[in-house]
Formats: sequence, C-alpha cells, structure tokens
Amino acid sequence: MKILVPVRRVPNPDIKVRLKSDGSGVDTEGVNFLVNPFDEYAIEEAVQIVEKSGGEVVLVSIGTADCEETLRAGLALGALRGWLVETSEVLDSAAIADVLAAVYKEESPDLVITGKQSVDTDNNQAAQMLAAKLDLPQACFAFKVELGDGKATVEREIDGGLDVKEITLPAVITADLRLNQPRYAALPQIMKAKRKEVKKVSLGDLGVEAKSATKILGLSQPPARAAGQIVGSVEELVDKLVNDAKVL
Amino acid sequence: MSDDIKKGGSFLVEEATPESIFVPENFSSEQLMYAKTARDFIENEVIEKNDEIEEKNFEVSKALMAKAGELGLLMADVPEEYGGMGLDKASSALITESMSGQGSFSVIYGAHVGIATLPIVYYGTEEQKEKYLPGLADGTKIGAYCLTETGAGSDALAARTKAVLSEDGKYYILNGSKQFITNGGLAFSYIVFAKIDGEKFTAFILDRDTEGLKIGPEEHKMGIRGSSTTTVILEDAKVPVENVLGEVGQGHKIAFNVLNIGRFKLGAGSVGANKVCMQSALEYAMERKQFGKPISDFGMIREKLAEMYVRTYAAESAVYRTVGMIDTLALSAETSQAKINSIEEYSIECAIVKVLASEALDFVTDEYVQILGGYGFCSEYAAEKNYRDARINRIFEGTNEVNRLLIPAMLLRKGMKGELPLFQAATALQEELMGIPSFDLDEDLDLLAAEKKIVANLKKICLFVAGVAAQKFGTNLADQQMVLSRLADIAIKAYAAESTLVRALKDAANRGEEGAALPLAVARIYCENAIADCEKYAREALAGIEEGDALATMLAALRRLMRRTPANTLAARETIAAKLIQMERIVY
Ligand SMILES: Cc1cc2nc3c(=O)[nH]c(=O)nc-3n(C[C@H](O)[C@H](O)[C@H](O)COP(=O)(O)OP(=O)(O)OC[C@H]3O[C@@H](n4cnc5c(N)ncnc54)[C@H](O)[C@@H]3O)c2cc1C
Repeated sequence: MKILVPVRRVPNPDIKVRLKSDGSGVDTEGVNFLVNPFDEYAIEEAVQIVEKSGGEVVLVSIGTADCEETLRAGLALGALRGWLVETSEVLDSAAIADVLAAVYKEESPDLVITGKQSVDTDNNQAAQMLAAKLDLPQACFAFKVELGDGKATVEREIDGGLDVKEITLPAVITADLRLNQPRYAALPQIMKAKRKEVKKVSLGDLGVEAKSATKILGLSQPPARAAGQIVGSVEELVDKLVNDAKVL
Repeated sequence: MSDDIKKGGSFLVEEATPESIFVPENFSSEQLMYAKTARDFIENEVIEKNDEIEEKNFEVSKALMAKAGELGLLMADVPEEYGGMGLDKASSALITESMSGQGSFSVIYGAHVGIATLPIVYYGTEEQKEKYLPGLADGTKIGAYCLTETGAGSDALAARTKAVLSEDGKYYILNGSKQFITNGGLAFSYIVFAKIDGEKFTAFILDRDTEGLKIGPEEHKMGIRGSSTTTVILEDAKVPVENVLGEVGQGHKIAFNVLNIGRFKLGAGSVGANKVCMQSALEYAMERKQFGKPISDFGMIREKLAEMYVRTYAAESAVYRTVGMIDTLALSAETSQAKINSIEEYSIECAIVKVLASEALDFVTDEYVQILGGYGFCSEYAAEKNYRDARINRIFEGTNEVNRLLIPAMLLRKGMKGELPLFQAATALQEELMGIPSFDLDEDLDLLAAEKKIVANLKKICLFVAGVAAQKFGTNLADQQMVLSRLADIAIKAYAAESTLVRALKDAANRGEEGAALPLAVARIYCENAIADCEKYAREALAGIEEGDALATMLAALRRLMRRTPANTLAARETIAAKLIQMERIVY
C-alpha cells in the first residue's frame, strides 16, 4: 500500500507566539520550526500500516527550501521518500489542496493521511478540500483506522461518542491526537533520512497555479483576559450579567 | 599539520579567528535532530520517572537506558561496525548536553557512554569490541569504570589492586577493592585497573558474573541519589587473559585519555543542566510577585539572570570550540592510535572546560535556588535537587584542583619540549613590557575592539606570570600550588574569554549587530569580568613570587596590560535580562 502524507513546517508550538510589531506576521526571531504535531500522528499511522502490511510512505511538504529540513525530520520517522514543492507564496487551504491534488495525481497513492489541522493557522480545511477536489471519500479526526480489502474502517471521535465510518480506498483520512503515539526519531534513522530521496519541484513543474483566494490583512494578539469573578449565588450572577456585562 | 589544525595549548600564543573555531551555531540540521530526540526523551520519559529513579529503582533506570539504546542515544562514540554510529565528537557532546535534566540519570548515562564504553572503543581488541560494544551501544548491557580506591583517589596510580597470572597462564587473579563506582549496582561490564605483580598498571574487562567479583552496598549521597555508587570488591577474581584491555603496563594511558573525553563531556552535560535551570529560574522570576510586581522587575534578580546566561554562554563556547578542534584533528587521523592522539592533544583544553563548566553549573544552580527564595530551599521545587546534583561535577573526572594543576603543568611541559613557543613568547613579552610603552592612538573602531585587546592581554598576563614563576622556581614550580592555581585560572579565563568573543563576532557577522545583541553583550561582560579577576590573580601571584623593586617593576608592567576603560557591563546585563524576559525563554 502506498500512503501519501503531507507534512507542514510550523513554529514550535511550545513557544509563545509573538507578532511582528506591525502585525504583518508572526515574529520568528529565535523560534525553531518543527513538523506539525498532528502530521506526526499521520506519519506514525502510515508507517505502522506499512510496517504491518508492506508498501511505502511518501511525504510531501509545500513551502520554502527550509521545508526540506522538516521533510527530513518526517523521513526520520520512517517514511521512504518525499516531495518538496518549493514556493515562497503563502498558500491558503484551497491552494494547498490544489498542490496536494497535483502530487496525488503523480503518485496515485492508495491512501492519504494528513494531520487534522496545522497548529500555526488551525484552519482544518485542506484535507477536506483535497478529498472534494479529487472526489475521494474522507474520514476526519480519526481515532482508530482499520484497513480491510479495498476499504478502511475509521473510528472518529465526535461530541458525545464515536462515529464509525467505512470508506472505500483511495480515500483521505485526517489524524486526531488519540490515533497513536508517535515515535521519537531514532538517531540512526535521522542519519538515514539524510540520504533518502527528496524530489524538488516547483508549482510550474506540477502544472498547478495554486492561487490563494484569501488574503491575510493583519494579525493581532488576542486581548488579555480580564480577571474572573466568583459569585455567591444565582441571583448575583444574573444581576451581574444583566447590569454589569449587559449581555442578558 | 594543516592550517585549520590547532596545537593543543596554542590558544595562548595564537589568535583565534571566527573561521577557525567551531560554534554551536554551526550545528547541522541532523545534529539538531539528534539533540531534539535526546531532549524529548529526557522530558517525556525520564523526568516522568523522577521519583522512581531517585528511590534507586534500578529496574526503571535500566529500562530507560535500554530505551535510550533503542533510540540510538548511546551509539554516538561506538563505531558502526560494532552497532554504533561513529559520530563526531561535536554530535556526541551535543547529545550529552541534551541528555541532561535529571541529574541521576545523566550520571548513569554519562558514565556508561563515557568512561565505561570508550576504553573498549579505543583500546579493545577485535574480539573485545565484538563482544562488548553492541550491548553497550544498545543499552542492554550497562558499563562501569573502576579506577578509584580508598587509598587512590586523585592519586589514581597509587592503586593497590593487584593482578597475578595464574599458574596455567590462562587467568589473572585480581585482588583489591574499588571505591565510588558509578553504575556499580547495575553494570554488566566493569573496566578495572590493577597492577600486575603490584607494578604494571593495567586495565581489564570484567563481566558481572566473574567469579570473585562482588558489589558492595550503595553510598548515601548528597546528590545524584538515583545513580548507583558502590564499591567493587575483587577477591581472587578470575579474569581470562583475553580480557586484558590494551597493553600490559599501559593502563595509565587508558585511564587518562578516557578522562580527557570524560572532561569535555562533563562540560557539555553541565551546559545542558544550566540551560534547564535557567529556563525554570526565568519562568519563576516572571511569575513570582513581591511588592506588587514580578521579581523579574528587580535589578538584582535581572542581574542574576544575566550572569547565569553569561557563564553558560562562555562555558558552552569553550566546550564546543574544544570539541571542534578534536574533530578537525581526528578527521585527519587514519589509525585508531592517531584518533586517540587527537584527544590527548587537547588535554589542556579538556581540563579547562571541565573546571569552567562545572563551576558555571554550581553558580547557576546556586542562583537558581536564590531566585526561588525559600521555595528554592524546599524539595518540592526542582531547584533544591539541581543544586545538590550539580555538586559532584567539581569532584569526579579529576577534582577541579587536580585539573587546575594539570593546566599549567601541561602548558609548561609543551613549552619545554618545544611543542609550543611559550618561552619565545614570554621573552618577547618581557621585552615589550620593559620597553617604552607605545601609546597606540590609532584607535581601533572594530566591533568589540576593546574586548579583543582584553583577550590579547589576558594571554599576555598568563605568559608573563608563567615566565616570572618559571624563572624564579625552575623545576620547583610544581610545589608552588598557590601560584599554579592562579596561573590555571588566568589560562581558563583567557580561553573562555576568547571563545566567547570570537563566537559572538562570528554570530554578529551572520546576524548583524542587532541580531547578535545578546552574544555581544555577553562578550563585553565576560571579558571585563575576566580581566578584573585576572588582575587580582596576577597581582597575588607576583606578590607571592617577588618583592621590593623587582615586584614594583613587575606590577608596573602588569598595569600596562590592564589599561582600559571598563565597558558598561551593567547596561549589558540589562540588555540580556530584558531580552530574556521579553522572550520568556532562553534565547541567543
Ligand atoms: C558519586 C561519585 C561517583 C564516582 N564515580 C566514579 C567511577 O565511576 N569510577 C571511578 O573510578 N571513580 C569514581 N569516583 C571517584 C572520584 O573520581 C574521586 O572521588 C575523585 O577522583 C577524588 O578522589 P578522592 O575522593 O579520593 O579525593 P582525594 O583525592 O582524597 O581529594 C581530597 C581533596 O584533596 C585535593 N587534592 C588531592 N590531591 C591533590 C593535590 N595533588 N594537590 C592539591 N589538591 C589535591 C582534592 O582536590 C580534594 O579537594 C566517583 C566519586 C563519586 C563521589
């Protein structure tokens, strides 16, 4: 089975996000970049499937040349090879889906597994859009994936319980946090990843335009949360909501 | 030797350039990934088991070592043929740095990959390597190193453990007792030093199940309580002759060379522990409010944060500069003997970084406790444990006193042998200092020009005092420990100041002055502190050597090396503290 896994380069999520003073973007001074954590779950799932029943895991990353580092970090987790689609443009989810669809057509994988969202923009859209563009079945927020003959049974966590979907392959699945426990990159694997094949292509090479339909006008820090209050009774609460907060 | 290969100790007579030194900013993306795996492993797996480790639940520690082995974290120094990765020393040091954070585990790990594994890597026979290295590299078999005895601590060669060849010539029979053996209670293989027939100092490899090998009870310790420290008792222990490690009578070479590596690794580990402590201290300082504001608003707390940062940066710069030199020389070495020599070559620098980094760690952990006030004194907070755990680093791998003695002793030896032009440099310097001062008014406007001058002068101070001491005491200088320790301190500061300065300049060349604001501030502070400290060391040493007019002339000469307008180090400290607080974490 061939599984395609997109990986995104994101700022270390453990570091508090700081904006540039003009609000034009995130201040990346002193920030290190990592594989999007949700993508690590996707890679882990794909690698486990391949370890069990054979095949290969192919990664794809879209962005500047720096993304090669991110790809190699992903390759160190057990993927076989990767695509680096180089572009300096900031792409929105729909444009990313266009690029992924183009790579999909080159690779014809049996399955695409993605992280459910990337922790920088938190859009949670590209995978769904990809499935739509390719007219493939999709199962998002997977908590368990069971592969059968030409199909996959996916358990998804939803509010209030589990939803089980059976989808025919090829399909798009997105990984949620409880899907598995991603492995650490073992040092010998990191060394091997250095020599794995990374195919570098431009948008032109893939024949996609990938124009973003949305534009980021500006970014701002959320306002600092005001201190909360503890109220003594329901009456007091209602009174405060009506008279102080004026929301009722 | 090619151009970029430096001689050990040559830092005193040669100027380092940004191109010539290795700095942490040079790490490749693979090396940074190795570090990330190590750090993630410590944070997610090891710290998690802190309490069990501290209770000496060795099964837990063994399992963690096996897990570390699976991840390749024990493979750096073992060649690929024997199940390792054969990485360079820069990678190896960075992995060691990143494996710090739980003191007891760091020591279990450090002794294993260092003193317990390296003797076999460098001196083992083919059979010994095949038998022991794969298990050491994958963590299934833990190692220990047994040099110290009750009567032979710093004076390791005074060992009384004896080996006698059995009548059939197949075994050595060992008798004696080894003291303070790290991993004693969990090891599978023990490197044991003993004197054959009471004379020929020789290393042996013993298996845990060797007949006559007994492990004594655990020591109760101030820190690193979760590490195993025991006696290893040998009562007619039967060791097959194939288990002699290296040549008979050459055990001292193994013991000392392995310690050289142990020393820079200890330096790297200390730097790692410093970073962990600083981050935690910074977070606490920003969180804790007194007098209506976070204590990180107070100048004295800001100064502590800055000073912790300065000393860590200086130690880190010196550690990786040293490691880089070793790698450059080792790269040119073809035989394993030549590789060993590449480490021996830098024994002065290894001793320097051991002292420098272990004392930086003591400073940092002490200020960490202080920033936490009463909470720092209570076991509920990590500071208390870090403070206790740090203390061992000034004692093992050669006490800091022993390492201080080694620095001038090895420098002078290299000078005598003509390996380093120290005496020529000292003579030239005396002429310069006794001559008419040149008032160089052509003011140098380069970045950190004043600090460059300070570094040059620190080296001159070292040569000057060494020259005076050598002239006065000749071969009896070895008995003048109070002079020697000051010489060592001046050499340490000179090396650290230069490593810091050149690293900062290299960084500024890449990121610009604004981008490298912190490193530049560190260089200003470190250099000014170093020369102020060295002035005191030098004056004391000279006053201890000479008197009357001779002393007056020397002090006048010394003053010429001290002339400077001090940098505004208070502002530089504020720059550092403000940035760390703004970023809420340790950045460079
Ligand atoms: C937790 C722990 C783990 C250890 N692990 C190991 C291990 O795995 N393997 C191993 O072989 N050893 C190990 N050691 C032993 C350690 O290396 C020695 O403790 C150390 O070398 C000092 O020896 P000593 O304790 O006998 O002190 P001493 O040598 O008695 O020193 C006492 C004091 O005198 C000073 N001193 C000694 N000689 C001189 C001199 N010539 N000039 C000036 N001052 C001097 C010392 O610096 C020190 O301050 C360990 C020790 C500890 C505490």
